[in-house]
Amino acid sequence: MPAARPRPPAVGYWIGFGVVVVLLVIAPLVLPPFWQRFATEILVWGLLAMSSDILIGYTGMVSFGHSAFFGLGMYGAAAALLTVKPPSLGLALFYGLVAAGAAAVFVAYFATRLRDIYFAISTLVFSQIFYVIIFTWTEVTGGENGLTFSQPRLTIPGIWSVRFTPVTFHWFVLAVVLLSYLLVRRITQSPFGMVLQSIRENEPRTRAIGYHVERYKIVAVMLSGLFAGLSGVLYALQNKFAAPDFVFFVVSGEVVIFNVMGGMGTLVGPFAGAAFFLLLREGLSRFLTEYYLIPLGIIFVIMIIFLPQGLLGFLRRRLNA
Amino acid sequence: MDQILVQTLHGLVNGMVLAMVASGLTLIFGIMDIVNFAHGDLMMLGAFVGASVVGVTGNYWLALVVAAIVIAVLGALLQITTLRPLIGRDPLTTILATFGVSLVIQKYALWQWGPSVRRINEPVPGEFTLFHLQYPWYRVATAVLAGLIIGGLWLFLKYGKYGIWIRATTQDRVMAQAMGIPVPLVYTGVFAIGSAMAAASGVLFGPFAGVTQTMGFDFTLRAFIVVVVGGMGNLGGSILASIFVSLLESYASIVVSPAQAVIVSFVVLVLTMLFRPTGLFVPTPK
Repeated sequence: MPAARPRPPAVGYWIGFGVVVVLLVIAPLVLPPFWQRFATEILVWGLLAMSSDILIGYTGMVSFGHSAFFGLGMYGAAAALLTVKPPSLGLALFYGLVAAGAAAVFVAYFATRLRDIYFAISTLVFSQIFYVIIFTWTEVTGGENGLTFSQPRLTIPGIWSVRFTPVTFHWFVLAVVLLSYLLVRRITQSPFGMVLQSIRENEPRTRAIGYHVERYKIVAVMLSGLFAGLSGVLYALQNKFAAPDFVFFVVSGEVVIFNVMGGMGTLVGPFAGAAFFLLLREGLSRFLTEYYLIPLGIIFVIMIIFLPQGLLGFLRRRLNA
Repeated sequence: MDQILVQTLHGLVNGMVLAMVASGLTLIFGIMDIVNFAHGDLMMLGAFVGASVVGVTGNYWLALVVAAIVIAVLGALLQITTLRPLIGRDPLTTILATFGVSLVIQKYALWQWGPSVRRINEPVPGEFTLFHLQYPWYRVATAVLAGLIIGGLWLFLKYGKYGIWIRATTQDRVMAQAMGIPVPLVYTGVFAIGSAMAAASGVLFGPFAGVTQTMGFDFTLRAFIVVVVGGMGNLGGSILASIFVSLLESYASIVVSPAQAVIVSFVVLVLTMLFRPTGLFVPTPK
């Protein structure tokens, strides 16, 4: 790559960004209730997929264990909402992030010593450890049944407090997702993000230049885990429950599918991937019920072979401008 | 004391079945650098095919052979359609592709055979008495049979003409090609053999706990664990690791529930990867 690549002007990017944001703000006002909820869900799953993109797309590490962070975010939120009266939104976010962050520290410390498939397998194994613990520790986590709780109110302490409606909840999720996106985008473009990308391109050389590669990887996994936890909290708030199914491997697998379908290393790609996957699932399961995964899996494999860049991969340069 | 003895026997028997699953996986990994995420699902599919054959003919041994052949053909087709185009790409893409395949196989099995557990009847009747505990013969027979099949694979790799082709390809695929070995065909053949091993172990496992369409993931994970613990691509290492891990799990299940005993093997894996990433049962690389 030439040293002084001229940066393409980012005007087009910001116009596109603005249009998408406006559409997402209007969406809940015009959509029927079912699709309203669907739009919110795409944002939540997209956030989870984007968190994993920090690892897959920017650092070159495939995580098969993101369900652990997502699930711990859910259970963290549940803990806050069940133990503290009155239930508080801020505390749910805080507990969820702490739980996911703690898991991320643990996983990061061990898993980042390994590379490639070994990293992928070890993240998978760690997520299964959390799954088994949550599934069998019935007294605390509710075991197979999970935990249910009521939705907290949207409050600014002392000033204002309202009950969430589906529309305001969508806006709340949208705000959180937008902030996270801009933050992650800023991070991936910072010098720190550049080091991550150089690890992806050539790890030995990055080490030779003098970067402490392991430390960068640990921070990347922790960041990724925190944002995954955040999406877990949002999902728990939307559905008012936390269940062990969401700590199971299937969720991690879906996250990887979102990334591959949407385009790794683009941050918005995972959102597109999540939307594409969920729409396909919705459409296919209408007449195939739970067997929608048969055609979907085939589409996924075909995309890996013929479209390895994903749906938005061709925009990669522009999206990172 | 009795319990320890029974658990030792359990561990050994389970270990042999797991070794068979893992040997297919490690063969594929060692030769093609492919982490086959669908391996457990091929095993599950083989078990279902076996159960169907047993259901129709009542002959367990026929089922074993038919399942192995059917899944070997399927494996060859899978390799040609999905894995061959990925040769030369990042090995991680093969994990993703085989993961996609595993989803399809799982749901296909659900669609074809339904969610209920299928049992395969024991091929060898009777029990023997161990002190004052009854232990069924077929479990012992299964372990012996698994050992024989793995031994056969080893002999084939060591002395068979095609076995030598396979080993040559592992060592240096460019040179092997230059010597006239049809490398793409070897890849397809290896994948077929690995799949057949998976299917056969599925049929062997069938009488133990029955066959469900969700058992694939469990076995994929466990096979990964023993393959890493035993040293990637090392046949002897993964067999020892299978027995080691299964024994530990059996002993652990005396104290905690079997669902929690799984954690023991996870811990073994993590410790191995941290302190001896080349594998427990291989000589230290120089």
